[in-house]
Amino acid sequence: MAAEPPPRDPHLRRDGAWVGASVPRREDPRLLAGRGRFVDDITLPGMLHAQFVRSTEAHADLLAVDLDEVRATPGVVAAYTAADLDLADITAELDRPPHEFVPTAMPVLARGKVRYVGEPIAVVVAKDPYAAEDGVEAAVVEYAPLEPVVTDLGALAEDAPLVHAEAPRNTLVDVSLFATEGIDDVFASAPVVVEVRSKTGRQNALPLETRGVVADWDDRDEQLRVQTCSQVPHQVRTVLARCVGLDEKQVRVTVPDMGGGFGQKCVVGREEIAAAAAALRLRRPVKWIEDRRDALTAAFLAREQRYTVRAAFSADGEILGLDADVVCDMGAYSCYPFTAGIEPLMASAEMPSVYRVPAYRVRGRAVTTNKAPTAPYRGVSRPQYVMVVERIFEKAARALGMDAVELRRRNVITVFPYTGVNNITYDPGSYLESLDLCEATLREEGWFSRRSDDNKVIGIGFACFSERTGYGSGAFAQRKMQVVPGFDLSEIRMDLNGTVSVTTGTLSHGQSHETTMAQIVADRLGVPYDRVKIVQGDTDRITYGWGSFASRSITIGGSAVAAASVKLGDQLREIAAHLLSGDPEAAVLEDGGVRVGSSWLSYADIADVAYLKAHLLPKGVGPGLSATASFDVGGDGTFSNATHGCVVELDPGTGGVEILRYVCVEDCGVAIHPQVVEGQARGGIAQGIAGALFEEVRYDDAGQPLAPSFMEYKVPTAMEIPDVRIEHLETPCAFTENGAKGAGEGGTIGAPAAVLNAVNDALRHTGVELDDTPIPREAIFRALETS
Amino acid sequence: MIQLMELTVNGERHDLAIEPRRTLVDVLRHDLGLTGTHVGCEHGICGACTVLVDGAPARACLIFAAQVEGAEIRTVESLSPEGELNDLQQCFSEHHGLQCGFCTPGMLMLAEGYLAEEPEPTTEEIREVVASNLCRCTGYQTIVEAIDDCASRRRAAFQEQLAGSRV
Ligand code: FES
Ligand code: FES
Repeated sequence: MAAEPPPRDPHLRRDGAWVGASVPRREDPRLLAGRGRFVDDITLPGMLHAQFVRSTEAHADLLAVDLDEVRATPGVVAAYTAADLDLADITAELDRPPHEFVPTAMPVLARGKVRYVGEPIAVVVAKDPYAAEDGVEAAVVEYAPLEPVVTDLGALAEDAPLVHAEAPRNTLVDVSLFATEGIDDVFASAPVVVEVRSKTGRQNALPLETRGVVADWDDRDEQLRVQTCSQVPHQVRTVLARCVGLDEKQVRVTVPDMGGGFGQKCVVGREEIAAAAAALRLRRPVKWIEDRRDALTAAFLAREQRYTVRAAFSADGEILGLDADVVCDMGAYSCYPFTAGIEPLMASAEMPSVYRVPAYRVRGRAVTTNKAPTAPYRGVSRPQYVMVVERIFEKAARALGMDAVELRRRNVITVFPYTGVNNITYDPGSYLESLDLCEATLREEGWFSRRSDDNKVIGIGFACFSERTGYGSGAFAQRKMQVVPGFDLSEIRMDLNGTVSVTTGTLSHGQSHETTMAQIVADRLGVPYDRVKIVQGDTDRITYGWGSFASRSITIGGSAVAAASVKLGDQLREIAAHLLSGDPEAAVLEDGGVRVGSSWLSYADIADVAYLKAHLLPKGVGPGLSATASFDVGGDGTFSNATHGCVVELDPGTGGVEILRYVCVEDCGVAIHPQVVEGQARGGIAQGIAGALFEEVRYDDAGQPLAPSFMEYKVPTAMEIPDVRIEHLETPCAFTENGAKGAGEGGTIGAPAAVLNAVNDALRHTGVELDDTPIPREAIFRALETS
Repeated sequence: MIQLMELTVNGERHDLAIEPRRTLVDVLRHDLGLTGTHVGCEHGICGACTVLVDGAPARACLIFAAQVEGAEIRTVESLSPEGELNDLQQCFSEHHGLQCGFCTPGMLMLAEGYLAEEPEPTTEEIREVVASNLCRCTGYQTIVEAIDDCASRRRAAFQEQLAGSRV
């Protein structure tokens, strides 16, 4: 049975490792050939198509919903209101006292009241999507309009109408997480106090594939089978089971290929529940594909926040305190599982950023308004508070007459682990090194001399930040969520010919986990990465998972996968040692087999015994080859970090901003696949630039959305997004299995700050400072005109 | 109302009986099962639905199938009929020009049509062409690089061919 190992794969790194090698992506061939399977590519026999009757009012009592004409429309098979389907509401709660958190329910279909334009009121099911649209148009809805609440300040006004009767002052979350004793004295006696007031625009995460679902009841499995594009299939299962009154085992949620998510798909959507409920009722497959108009107006949004932040500095530039008030406009409903607390709690917990801030006070609020509800969006609050804190440093530098990069150097955390005023312990990173390298890179490229070109309006901006990734159960528990995400579970199996399949509770939707997780397993077992199949996105095949968000997949999911591989490896060594009459302790996994002394046994041979000749197994070892492991982050998570540097040129004729250069120095610990890490950074930066300069979901005074198509919602193209130079630093994480830190969000976090600082730097001669995003073109134009 | 029509897609002729309001992209995806072509907006901006109509990139969501009777339509499925990726697809993979892959078929057909028309584009020209479609994942840089690389490889191959035929 002993044989010689096969020759090495050319893609392996020189030291023989898969981790760290930019191998060809397993996902690519099918996606490039047009042979992926996205949810709208799925067709089931007898499938029907759903669309929604949606509210045309921002705030109104729902007097009557008449679907008679809808049901009479040719092709329409059924139409249901909330009363017809009688589903339980979607609710998400925090374990906080009533003065800190007010629970509200999100009905699957509106009941009694509508709270935003686009809110689903009835579901129409028809033989084809065109007929479903015809049906929707035939609905007659009678409203008694109420005064809408369309801004955060309007929501907080004393006499504001209430979006939810149970939430006074329209406040869903009001938490003061930190208040260092004596902080008022710090500010009173500080030589320099600066203040930033910043308002950031409402943004759409905007996956290019809109949301969608195909659901059908399967009599043989007695299951409601739901194929949906969701980042969190198990959470969809739980909510769906609860809403329709089935057991968890009676619902199977699977996720096909997904055209991006960025957080918008990491909460449970009402439409996917309604479509599945219709399928259950009709005992026929039902498909719902969100159209772009609905995706722009009625899908989960994010990022509309208002900051009032003061910072105190000593005369030689040491930061003494930070005093912050954050108001997040969460729209009409709290999302599952995160609740409306997601943005204010993130901002409150992490705002001190990469600096040694000795005193900190913060109040974070979530207000509800008559606008589409919100979900986490790539970076969650960090693009905003990093921008505000980085503005603070620029303003303080001006007040102190210092260079802003130098001021950062003086205050950045350099000794690790560092426990901050916010009770978070920061694991080692390269904050200072990234700042130095980013500045040096732009200097070497000559941008600092071009900045002083009198004929051009050029500015340079920086953003230095870290980003907590891999939130374990402990970190989420601190938020006091009732449903506490964190760990990941992995089950690994080796099949007859020595191929490996491994489950992960995370869910790739562009991040390349089929490749990167396979690389991790490949190194642990000594097999080529293309012999490893990653199983994800199936609630029947995966015991439990939290999906992919918060840059948790490689840190936590990758660690679980690694731990499971090690356990399987132990099994393989034990069996091989027995078969080769050697010592299991001396057995090593190598080249797709086990070496014991001078003999080597391939995994196929070991699997042959484990499955087909079980009588040859050592005593006490059962047949088969499989193992299960879990991983959680015990402490406060691991912090990736980066510095972004941006060079802009302003156009005095139009107020337009052109990005001339963008440099990102990032550190996400060990990069499993450097090319993928760079891709995440570039894509993230593009979304950050989009928020800084272009995209905003606006509403008129009546709460009508003003950007219902791509004509109004300006998504940047290749002409607006610059090439990005990326430099890597590597501070391995000590407590994830692979030394990796998260890499999914950093790009988006740093870009708004870098762009805004660069624009302000270019405006330095005008005396005008801009602190809001998207940066208004007219304001730049006016500033340059008057100077 | 049902209309009979004939459509030629990737060299294959199809007889269809469809409503005249049916868009080309719906016919491709749902009547012919060619789901490689995607839909991202249905209003002509994102370019996810880009196919070639008589060799030129076109938005399949803006065209009724009835309008292109008699034309030669090519979709992403035509690039690698036997499963082997063509040079353009290979370049996208090597440069990591795709993440989720949703915009990719549109980007590929856009590039395929463009490079056939303009085999010697500058990087800036490629960038301008890529700007006709949206990608939410990549930041575009690697897409531009992939197309640029493919163009140079094709030119190199052409030169080699010329050199070969001169011998
Ligand atoms: S789907 Fe045709 S351009 Fe967007
Ligand atoms: S790769 Fe996801 S939209 Fe382009």
